[in-house]
Amino acid sequence: MNKNLLKKKIDELVYRSAFELPEDVLLAIVSAYRKETNPKAKDVLKMIIDNAKSAKDNQLAICQDTGFPVIFIEAGKNVKITRSLIETIEKGVALGYKSNSLRASVVDPVQRSVFGFDGLVWHLRFTKNNKTKITLLPKGFGSENKSALRMFDPTADWKEIEQFVVDSVKQAGPSACPPFVVGIGIGGTADECLSLAKESLLSDIRILNPDTVLRKHEKNLLQKINALNLGPMGFGGKTTALAVRIKKAPTHIAGLPVGLNISCHALRRASVVL
Amino acid sequence: MNGLSKETIKELVLGQKYHFNGTFYTARDQAHKRLNDLIDQGKNLPFNLDGSIIYYCGPTATPLKKVIGSCGPTTSSRMDNFVEPLLKNGLLAMVGKGQRSRKVIELCAKYGAVYFVAPSGCGALLAQRVTKSELVAFADLGPEAVYRLDVVNFPLYLAIDAKGNSLY
Repeated sequence: MNKNLLKKKIDELVYRSAFELPEDVLLAIVSAYRKETNPKAKDVLKMIIDNAKSAKDNQLAICQDTGFPVIFIEAGKNVKITRSLIETIEKGVALGYKSNSLRASVVDPVQRSVFGFDGLVWHLRFTKNNKTKITLLPKGFGSENKSALRMFDPTADWKEIEQFVVDSVKQAGPSACPPFVVGIGIGGTADECLSLAKESLLSDIRILNPDTVLRKHEKNLLQKINALNLGPMGFGGKTTALAVRIKKAPTHIAGLPVGLNISCHALRRASVVL
Repeated sequence: MNGLSKETIKELVLGQKYHFNGTFYTARDQAHKRLNDLIDQGKNLPFNLDGSIIYYCGPTATPLKKVIGSCGPTTSSRMDNFVEPLLKNGLLAMVGKGQRSRKVIELCAKYGAVYFVAPSGCGALLAQRVTKSELVAFADLGPEAVYRLDVVNFPLYLAIDAKGNSLY
């Protein structure tokens, strides 16, 4: 694809992710609203739904935290990963943030003073497909701050992992903006399991995990998390999490890394397929 | 609810939703650090804290022909260690999201101040409730600068009352 066209496509991803809540997330919130009986929680869910409409109609960001831009590339056989491709994506993201008046939330971690749009985080996977998918996940930090990692013993019982996940979600509390989508990565290395946890936020939450064992664990975890009665703004209610998603990767005989990445209810993401 | 005073905040009910009309000053992490430094050094503050309400918020850039960009609350607990000097200077209320430390709850009782939570992740909706936005201080902080916001019908829930009772 020509550079200018790709830059324009990336600019569009920024627009869509900032102003349009993905359909699967919105529908999950609407469904949570319908079944909620706690009046305070219901009232907040109504505001979240109204906010999504207001954002789209008025071109105001869904959340003022327009996130740290995380880019996922699932590279197929049709695209060569080059310096030029990476720079074009960087330019497209910067253009999108600027032209849509989004918040410049990216700073130097030591000096804290330079507000900009530079410094993307990249996730790259190679596939055998003939298509390449680029996804932008503008990650809000209210929920990112609640990320967790634990290196379990390889002999750990699944119950221990479950406890770690439920405790971490409880710990995240109302400031991470429930109802959440909880992403879990199991296996790999310390860094890899956290990457998997974040990647698992990308899948459409209406589509079940193709791995039937993980699907069963997701269902059980969702029930346990929703039994926490945290709910929207911490006001209680039936829905603390909209979904739990698990991804796994091979790991070492000496370890069992488990990473947790939480998304707030404003799980924003947009993709383009090349 | 129109404005707030030392007297009226005593009557507020924990957990209740209010529709607030009045003025907020936005301030988050870096602005809090600077306000604390100015107080430490005995220097003048860029706005009068006495009777004021601070909103933990860093809005997006203001789009063309709009009063303000998306402007929901940020996590309040990051400001916990900066609260007391502001209360000593008359800060009346704080608005943000999430729990506060035990210390902040005690400080609310000590100084007769309150803490509200605003609907989080609803910045587009809340932007419709802001009628005026004006830069007050620390322009170099970009989205973390201090803005004075006039708000109408702004949804708030009382999360810590002036007696030191907390919702969370």
